[in-house]
Order: sequence, then structure tokens, then C-alpha cells
Amino acid sequence: MATAEFSSVNTLQSNGKYAVELKNIHIYYGAFRAVNNVSLQIERQRITAFIGPSGCGKSTVLRAINRMNDLIPGSRLEGQILFHGKNIYDPDVDPVEVRRRIGMVFQKPNPFPKSIYENIMFGPRINGWRGTKQQADELVERALRGAAIWDEVKDKLHQPGTALSGGQQQRLCIARALAVQPEVILMDEPCSSLDPISTLKIEELMFELRQNYTIVIVTHNMQQAARVSDYTAFFLMNESRAGELIEYGPTTQIFQNPQDERTENYISGRFG
Amino acid sequence: MEQEARVAVERSTPLSISPINLRGKPRFGENVIEIIVFICGAISIFTTTAIVIVLFQEAWMFFGSPEVDLVEFFGTTTWQPETGRFGIWPLMTSTLITSIIALMVAVPLGLGAAIYLSEYASPQARGYLKPILEVLAGVPTVVYGYFALTFVTPVILQGLLGKENVEIYNMLSAGLTMGIMILPLVASMSEDALSAVPRALREGAYGLGATRLETSLRIVVPAALSGILAAVIVAMSRAVGETMIVALAAGAGPRFTFNPLQAAETMTGHIARISGGDISYASIQYTSIFAIALVLFFMTLLLNLLSGWVASRFREVYE
Repeated sequence: MATAEFSSVNTLQSNGKYAVELKNIHIYYGAFRAVNNVSLQIERQRITAFIGPSGCGKSTVLRAINRMNDLIPGSRLEGQILFHGKNIYDPDVDPVEVRRRIGMVFQKPNPFPKSIYENIMFGPRINGWRGTKQQADELVERALRGAAIWDEVKDKLHQPGTALSGGQQQRLCIARALAVQPEVILMDEPCSSLDPISTLKIEELMFELRQNYTIVIVTHNMQQAARVSDYTAFFLMNESRAGELIEYGPTTQIFQNPQDERTENYISGRFG
Repeated sequence: MEQEARVAVERSTPLSISPINLRGKPRFGENVIEIIVFICGAISIFTTTAIVIVLFQEAWMFFGSPEVDLVEFFGTTTWQPETGRFGIWPLMTSTLITSIIALMVAVPLGLGAAIYLSEYASPQARGYLKPILEVLAGVPTVVYGYFALTFVTPVILQGLLGKENVEIYNMLSAGLTMGIMILPLVASMSEDALSAVPRALREGAYGLGATRLETSLRIVVPAALSGILAAVIVAMSRAVGETMIVALAAGAGPRFTFNPLQAAETMTGHIARISGGDISYASIQYTSIFAIALVLFFMTLLLNLLSGWVASRFREVYE
């Protein structure tokens, strides 16, 4: 499986228009309801942006999509998240398997304290990859090329990933995610700790990845959402501090002709 | 308080007409505290230095005496002060054997306990278990010594291996018990090292589809390796210096043997027995224990230096 070409991902994605469907999800931390009744569909091979002020639940919803919230003691989800028509919160679903297919890139670049090569190979190895040294080399090169960082690191593959610059580290983390061939890549404010030039590189990369992957990005930066995304979801905290989905639609519509007054206020910078 | 209030008032008026006084005021309390903490630090340094000086002086008397030969000291395997034979090896081997047995117990168990506490245990379970572990660290070593002598040797070792094969005093029993004694140290220090690994690294691994075990063993433990190695070395120096358990359970006579089922006195055990006995302060036998102590001192010093070196050498920079 892991030795297959990246392009074969397309065949996995041929069924249905939506990669992931959220149906009436509520997310709790202990007794506290952090997210209230969110439903939305994420289209395949498109970039969907989640925007909204701090505390509006956009990251929580994102982390629910690959069951990352399971790691937080006391967190709980009601409702359904469908992936290939299967609710990933069903008791018979292994979250480890979900996370292999729905990868994640984090706010702060988090390369492992290993070499660049080993950072890439970590994912394939834990997922049972068996292959020759040459196949491994090819896999590493393909992943690094896929994340547009190959030319910068090809001569120092065995140096620590942590020695790279912040922007390079983040692209290394994207490459690391690509190496396990996920269908969906979740990005949690991937550019918030990067300088403008690195940010631009990541945005260009997202456009390329869009051809093969479904991307969901959480961002604080509205210009970024407007620049890169096809669809935008706007979240806001309600009176009881639970995040709610206010409006969801094509990015052009959300930014040029929002249907909800609150969206319009946020977009035009009146709050948040 | 008063000063703050004044600043607040001054802020409300234009800056140009409010002269600010930046001149220092004498703080007597601060000076007194500084002197007190300096004295505290100086006492500990002074005591350590004094101990080392006495150690060297007495050891000098031993090595300076005509009955002693450095080559014999480090090159022969019989320690019989009564007959004037001073070869340190029997004491060294038994110290090393008991310590290595202790590490073989403490390192795997301690590391396992640390991984459980840091990666698997729920916050509630950790809340119960860590204090219990620390209680284990507070048990007096003489209790461990009796535990070795009255339980580990007769019940476990002689029960499993047969009475005729296991001497009543033996290095294995002392080593195993010493391993239990240093286990909390290894567990606690390793747990600190594991917990210091940033959450972001664990999330990165989980995000790629790693299980908890894969995340622990392949990401968290390697990232914490320098701290874990430092814990192992500190534990080793604890084991080398431990006295009560080996004095009670390992044997009361130097013997050059590599068989852990036999009795053999360790360096610390020998020092404890001789210094508790009725020998004269002027005798060579008395000064000989300072020579042993000096060797012991260098062994633990070396281990401590090693742990500092290991910690910096293997530090995996994660941020």
C-alpha cells in the first residue's frame, strides 16, 4: 500500500463528492460544551477554510475530524463524522487508522528530533512499510518534492530536521504527512508562526496539493482564507461560550456577499 | 504600594512636568538575605572540601607507608589487611557486580514505570502512583537490607535455586534488593525527562497514525534519552555508594569471585565493618579504609561527570 504511487490516491477518492461529512456534531470537554451542533460537508480535492475569532471552536472541530481530540482526557463527541460513508466515531473504528488516512499539520512546526530522512520515514515505517533502501530513498524524495522542499534539503537528508528554518520545518511536516498518503490533510493554523515569505510558499504548496488531496485549514488570517480556499466556514462563539457554525459556502460568496450579518461584520473587520 | 499609587497619579498628568525619581533606595532586608544564602552555600562547599581533604590526607598515610605498594593495590586480588595484603580487586568486583545486578533490575522496571506514568496513566492514576513511588524511595536502606537477608535470600533465591547453591550472604540478593531501592529514583527521573518532551511531538506522531506504544518508544523515549541516561548513571552512583544493604546481605569478608550466588564484601560494606570494629586509629588497617573510600570517591565522581557529559552529548534538541 505504501509503496504505491502518490497518484493512486485519486482512485481512493473516486466515490462521492464529499470527503468528510459532519452531521450535527457537539463536542464536550467534561461538562463544558465547546462546539454546538455543527454540520457541514467537505468537498474532495478542494481547500476548505475554517475562520472565526479565538475560542470559536474552529480548531476543535478540525481536530475532531481525525479524532485528535481523543487525546484530551474528558473530551467527547455527539453526532456523526462520516468518512467513506462510515462514522469515524463508531465504537468499532480504530482512531489510529483514521489518523493515517486523515493527516494533520500543526500550528507550530513539530519535526521529530531525528534526521530529515527519518522524519519522512517515520510514518511509513509505523504503518508497516516494507521495502528496499532504494524504495525508501524514492519515497523520501517524492514526499519532499510533494512538499516543495526537496531542492532545499536534498544535500542534507541526514541532518536533523530541527536545524531547518521555521518555514522549512513546516514544509518538512507537510512532507511527513504526505509520506503516509492520506486522503485528507488537516492544517491547524499552519502559517501562524511563519514569516510572510514562508507563508507564501506554504500557500503555493496548498494549491498544488489540492490536485490530489482534500485540505481543511484553520486560519486566523482572513486574507489567507480568501486567497487559498474554495470554501469557507465561519464560526462564532454563542452566549454559552460554545462554538457554532454561522455560515458556510463558497469563499467568494462568504467574502463578497455574506448572508449573515455577523459574518459580514467579521469579514469587514468590525470585531474579532 | 505607595510608590505604585504615585506612579499612577503621575501617569495621569503630562510627563513633561512630572520629575521621576530613579535613584536607588537602600534595601536592608535584601542585603541580609544575600548574606544568609551565601553562608548556606558556603557551608556545603566547605564541608565537601573538608571531607575531600581528610580523605586525601588519610589515604596519603596509607599509600605512603612502606607496607603498601600501588602496583599491589591495583594489581592483585587479595585483600587481607591482617597479613598486609592490600589488593583492592575483590572489593571492587563485588561492588561492581552488586551494582550491575541492581541496574539490571532498576533500569527496565524504572523505565517501564516511567513510560506508564507519563504516557499511559490517567491523571488520577498518576496522582495516586507518584506519591507511592516516592514513599518507596523513602524506606530506610537498613529495612531493605533485612528484607534481602530474611526474605529475598531464604525464600526467593534458595527457594528457586536450592539451598545448597545459594550462600546465605550473597551478591545476587543484595543486588536485586538494591535494584528495588533505586527503582523509584530511575522511575522518577525518567518520568521527569519523558514529561518534558513537548506535547507537539506526540501529536505529530499520533497524527501520522502512530499507536501509543509507537509514539512512546519511537518518539518520546528517544527525545528524552539524555535525561534517561543521566538517571541511569545517577542510579549507578547510588548503587556503588549504597552501604547498608550490601553490609547486611552481600557478605562480611572480601572474596574475589564473579559468582553472584556467593558472598563477597563490597567496598562500602568493608568500610562500614572496619570503621565499626575495634581497630586502632594508627594502624594501617584503619588508613586502608580511607584508601578504599578515595577509590570509591573517584568512581562516583567519574559517574557524575559522565552523567553530565551524557546529558549534553545526547541531548536531542526538540525546539
